[in-house]
Amino acid sequence: MTATRDDHGRFPFETIIGLEVHVQLKTVSKLFCRCSTKFGAAPNTQICPVCLGLPGALPVINQQAIELSIRAGLALNCRIPEFTKWDRKQYFYPDLPKGYQISQYDLPICAEGYLDLPETDTGEAAKRIGLFRAHLEEDAGKSMHDETGGLTQSRIDLNRCGTPLLEIVTKPDLRSAEEARRFLLELKLLLTHLEISDCEMQEGSLRVDANVNLHISAGNQKVVTPIVEIKNMNSFRAVERAIGFESLRQYDEWEETGATIQTVSKRTFGWNDVREQTFVQREKEESADYRYFPDPDLIPVALPAERVDAIRAALGELPSQTRTRFETQYQLKPYDADVIVNQGPTLVRYFEAVAKVAGDAKRTSAWIQQDVMRTLKEQQCELNDFPIAAPTLGQLLRKVTEGSLDNARARDVFQYLLRHGGTLDEATKALGIEAVDQSELDLLCDRLLAENAKVIDDVRGGKQQALGALIGQAKRINPNVNPGQLRQRLLEKINAV
Amino acid sequence: MTVPLDSAAQLSQLLTSGEATAVEVAQEALRRIEASEPAINAFNHVAGEAVIRQAEELDKRRSAGQPLGRLAGIPVAVKDVLCTTEMPTTCASRMLRDYMSPYDATVIAKLRAADALLIGKTNMDEFAMGASTENSACGPTYNPWDRTRTPGGSSGGAAAAVAACDVPLSLGSDTGGSIRQPAAFCGITGMKPTYGRVSRYGLVAFASSLDQIGPMSWDAADNALLMSVIAGHDPRDSTSLPAAVDDYSLAVAQADVRGMRIGVIRDQLENPGLDDDARQAVQAAIDVFRDAGAELIDVRFQYSRYWVPTYYIIAPCEASSNLSRYDGAHYGFRSLGTREVVQKFGPLMAMYCHSRDDGFGPEVKRRIMLGTYALSEGYAAKYYTKALSVRRLIRQDYDDAFAKVDILLGPVTPTPAFRLGEKMDDPLQMYLCDLFTVGANLAGLPALAVPAGKTADALPVGIQLQAAPLHEPALYRAAGAFQQATEHHTRRPPQ
Ligand SMILES: [Zn+2]
Repeated sequence: MTATRDDHGRFPFETIIGLEVHVQLKTVSKLFCRCSTKFGAAPNTQICPVCLGLPGALPVINQQAIELSIRAGLALNCRIPEFTKWDRKQYFYPDLPKGYQISQYDLPICAEGYLDLPETDTGEAAKRIGLFRAHLEEDAGKSMHDETGGLTQSRIDLNRCGTPLLEIVTKPDLRSAEEARRFLLELKLLLTHLEISDCEMQEGSLRVDANVNLHISAGNQKVVTPIVEIKNMNSFRAVERAIGFESLRQYDEWEETGATIQTVSKRTFGWNDVREQTFVQREKEESADYRYFPDPDLIPVALPAERVDAIRAALGELPSQTRTRFETQYQLKPYDADVIVNQGPTLVRYFEAVAKVAGDAKRTSAWIQQDVMRTLKEQQCELNDFPIAAPTLGQLLRKVTEGSLDNARARDVFQYLLRHGGTLDEATKALGIEAVDQSELDLLCDRLLAENAKVIDDVRGGKQQALGALIGQAKRINPNVNPGQLRQRLLEKINAV
Repeated sequence: MTVPLDSAAQLSQLLTSGEATAVEVAQEALRRIEASEPAINAFNHVAGEAVIRQAEELDKRRSAGQPLGRLAGIPVAVKDVLCTTEMPTTCASRMLRDYMSPYDATVIAKLRAADALLIGKTNMDEFAMGASTENSACGPTYNPWDRTRTPGGSSGGAAAAVAACDVPLSLGSDTGGSIRQPAAFCGITGMKPTYGRVSRYGLVAFASSLDQIGPMSWDAADNALLMSVIAGHDPRDSTSLPAAVDDYSLAVAQADVRGMRIGVIRDQLENPGLDDDARQAVQAAIDVFRDAGAELIDVRFQYSRYWVPTYYIIAPCEASSNLSRYDGAHYGFRSLGTREVVQKFGPLMAMYCHSRDDGFGPEVKRRIMLGTYALSEGYAAKYYTKALSVRRLIRQDYDDAFAKVDILLGPVTPTPAFRLGEKMDDPLQMYLCDLFTVGANLAGLPALAVPAGKTADALPVGIQLQAAPLHEPALYRAAGAFQQATEHHTRRPPQ
């Protein structure tokens, strides 16, 4: 079959994307010493002979990093080998004080695995993204280049030096910029849920490099463009945009120069967030020789099945499992389950606590999405600081479900609770909300029907909507009346006459 | 000598009985060093006043009846490759000329805890690379037995400090023979412990999988005393062994080889490179052990001809990596480079190249280049990976031998101490000094050099005893028996 050009004059092409994601593990101390990993300390205050690579200092593995890596590996469906070992990756750079990075070369702690992306509300199908591996390594320090005052000065902060990183390498299974973003969102959800990493791109606890090229169907020939590695992307949005930009750039480059994977070797590009462009950093990727060899200062780490099984048993429910459960247990639509689960474990817990008291999961889901999440967004606050406790919201929604409170009144209570906090009783009392008993309701109905004889005729004539006017009047007389109950009683009375 | 600086045991006795004070011992050691140093150059740094103050403190504590450590008041010299606060740690390199470590090596902390007098840092081949202490930015050390000759290396200063009777005890490090060869050249006893028996934390790394710290002394009893202070598990060193520490002093005192199976390494004795005097020392030792009741069995190694080639791949590979940290960026020697180099390669590359070119001596650079090459893509499989495989076969050789015998007996070095300058232009000849010693490092097992004779030129000759991992007590037992039957360890160089 011969491929033809589209409206933009382009042949059909497919974008092939593989990601290398570095996540900083949430360990208390660094990978090979006891220094703190806390972000934001004054430069060079979280250092010791080991992470400074001083003569004679020796590394000792942090077991918590092993634990978190196995946890990540299991969640990512990786095979955990019986042994893992350490290798030195050697290169000179001022932020690498030993002249080598302790990493893992041929026996990573997590072997082949995958991550499933759920289907989206925009109709993207579920998809499995393969992973080559995930390995542990130490982070380097930070170089800061100060060029003020005409002098070029480089300063080095080694606080980050030795912080544990898990490098997750995907197979080239991603096919669009949007898919890459979906992968990152799902990965972040999983790793934050399991408290493996904060995954904050701004703070550098998640870093992404993307390898991108195109498969172009040009007429009856298939063209593969040269691979470009994109670096320096500082948000998920940037990743999406950079890949999007890069795929079109590669297409145009091929049109202009005919460059293919056979004629041009791998290059490294940066991403300029302001100009929204990728740009060449290293023209020709020199095949760097890192002279990997096993680190003789460290012994291989045995990962016995019992240890791995214990970690597996403690994993708990993963986000993908929560989604499925929400669909079956609460009959939520996949989209609704997705929205709640994607907010992370705190909201999941909140939702379940509210639903339990409210006795109506769908109503709870609607309220959480429309009222709770919107409020959080507007007030830019975290769920932990949200003034309405789950049982309180649950009780409120239960009243709505039972019919003792209508939605509009319930929203008044919700707003009151937001502003003043307190219990549901306090809120209803303050708002003057009292249950209207049957005799009161009867009296009210009688009065309304007596004053609005025409409505009775209209209803009898089949115009039930005429009751609306009565309900409006009733609410003005007594705001506590439940419109549903009132309507019911009015109809009974009209029909009984 | 009123203060016997050649015996830790005797010093300890005098100090305990009150016949000598720690201050007197310290003063005498410093006087002695001052007198011998111009001719020997064993020290890169002598502690001086600080030691006197420490000794005063010790004497006060002793008179107050407070408990003191096992080395209380004993002067100990340590190789300048061990990190010490209060004294520079130079590795005899221009690269670390003024380097002060912010922490003490684990063995130094143990010496301090044992109340030893840390008298100074001893000279060595730069970064422990060499066999003559001539590769030192501090000048060579001279052999106290014959000052035209080398004391051996790389722990030449530590051996010479003992041989010159400056101190009764010293600590060296041994990567391919660097304790045992200088011990043999200087007529003293030197132990290379089992890999992992002594913590390497704070030992500036040469080749991490081979390096071990060990004690040097005149006799086995003093050696065992120091060994029992430094041995033990260290959580700061991942390669440190958790096994409990044996009573080494007891093993020396037992001095019993009755029924012990001693393997004589035949292929080493038949090696054409082995000097007659060294061969005769081993022959004589065979008789001594037989007379003492040991059973002597001939042993042959299948792979001994690969020892030196394997060692000279693995050690430089690890060294090339370990020494990457000396780049002028963070500490130590820095040279910014000439204007042309800066213009051509940029300021960073110029700093790296010049700091390393000017900071390291030729032998260190040779080994960095060897190791870098052997680890490079396309060569690693041919050299490094292959060397690792051969290393396993060498270990297997030893395992097979120790299935039949308790300890092994052989020469330490092919020749006695050679003349200064003799091998400086021929690195391969220098590397052959390690012919009989690198096996123990490659296999990670303990090996002890013991004085065992004299050449016609009155130069000391040693024998080497080796045992299976953690079998140091067997070595000390045999050395105790040998020294009970011989007097080689009691001979001192002419004053
Ligand atoms: Zn640290």
